[in-house]
Amino acid sequence: MKLREVKEILDANVIVGEEKLDMEVKTAFGADLMSDVLAFAKAGSLLLTGLTNTQVIRIANVLDIAAIILVRGKKPPMEALELAKDLHIPILTTKYILFETAGRLYTRGIVGCLEKVEK
Amino acid sequence: MVSVEKILEKHDFDIEGGNFNKAGTVSTRIKSILKHRQLPDEIVRRSAIVCYEAEINIVSYAKKGVISLTVIPDKIIIEANDEGPGIPNIELAMQQGYSTANQQIREMGFGAGMGLYNIKTYSDVFDITSEVNKGTFLKMAINLI
Repeated sequence: MKLREVKEILDANVIVGEEKLDMEVKTAFGADLMSDVLAFAKAGSLLLTGLTNTQVIRIANVLDIAAIILVRGKKPPMEALELAKDLHIPILTTKYILFETAGRLYTRGIVGCLEKVEK
Repeated sequence: MVSVEKILEKHDFDIEGGNFNKAGTVSTRIKSILKHRQLPDEIVRRSAIVCYEAEINIVSYAKKGVISLTVIPDKIIIEANDEGPGIPNIELAMQQGYSTANQQIREMGFGAGMGLYNIKTYSDVFDITSEVNKGTFLKMAINLI
C-alpha cells in the first residue's frame, strides 16, 4: 500500500516527508530496542517505534528503512527532525500504541519483514 | 597488503568516545560514499550496518578510535581501531545477548548484546583482536564479487 494509506489507517501526522506519501510499502518491523532493529529490520520496511532520538534516524538511514512510524504520540526532538529531513526519511506520528499500530496495519495487509527469528 | 594502484577509495574517520550526538555520522558518510560508487544497494546496506555497529561500540566504550574504509575492485574493507578498555573475553562478547552496556547506552535503545554478532553476520570476513586496557581492532570485509 501507499504511505498515504498508512497515514490514514493510523490517523497519523506527517512530520517529515509529505512529498513521499506515494511510496509503496509492504512490510514493517516494530521495536524500541535499536540493537534488534539493526539485527532484524529489512530494507524498504516501515519502522514502528516509540524511541525518538537521532540514532533512530541514523539507523533508518543505515538500514534503508522506508519510513519511521512513531507510536504512542511521540514527537521527535528538533535535531532528529532536522536529520530526517537531511536524509529524506519520512516520519509519521500516531497516537496508537505499538500493538494497535501493528495490528491495524496487519489487518490491512502489511506483514512483518520477517515472521520469526531463526533461533 | 593491498597494492596502491588497486585502491579505489580510502578514507579514515576519527571517532570520539562518549559523544553520542555525533555517533553514526561516520556511517552515514561511508554509506553515501559507497552509494556514489553505485555499488549494489544490499552491499551498501551491509557495509553501513557493519560500520554503524562498530562506530556505536567505539562511542559507547572507547576513549577514541578510527574507522577506515577501503574499497578495492573485489571488496570493501572496514577497519575499526580504538583506544579503550579492550575485551577480556572475545568469545563471550561475540555471544548474542551478552553486553556490558551502561544505563545511558541502554536508554538509547542499545546494549542488547547484538553488535559484534551482527557485524559477523553481515560481513564476509570478520577478524577481532583486543588487548585489555589498550583497545580493540576489528577488520571486516564485504565481497563485491
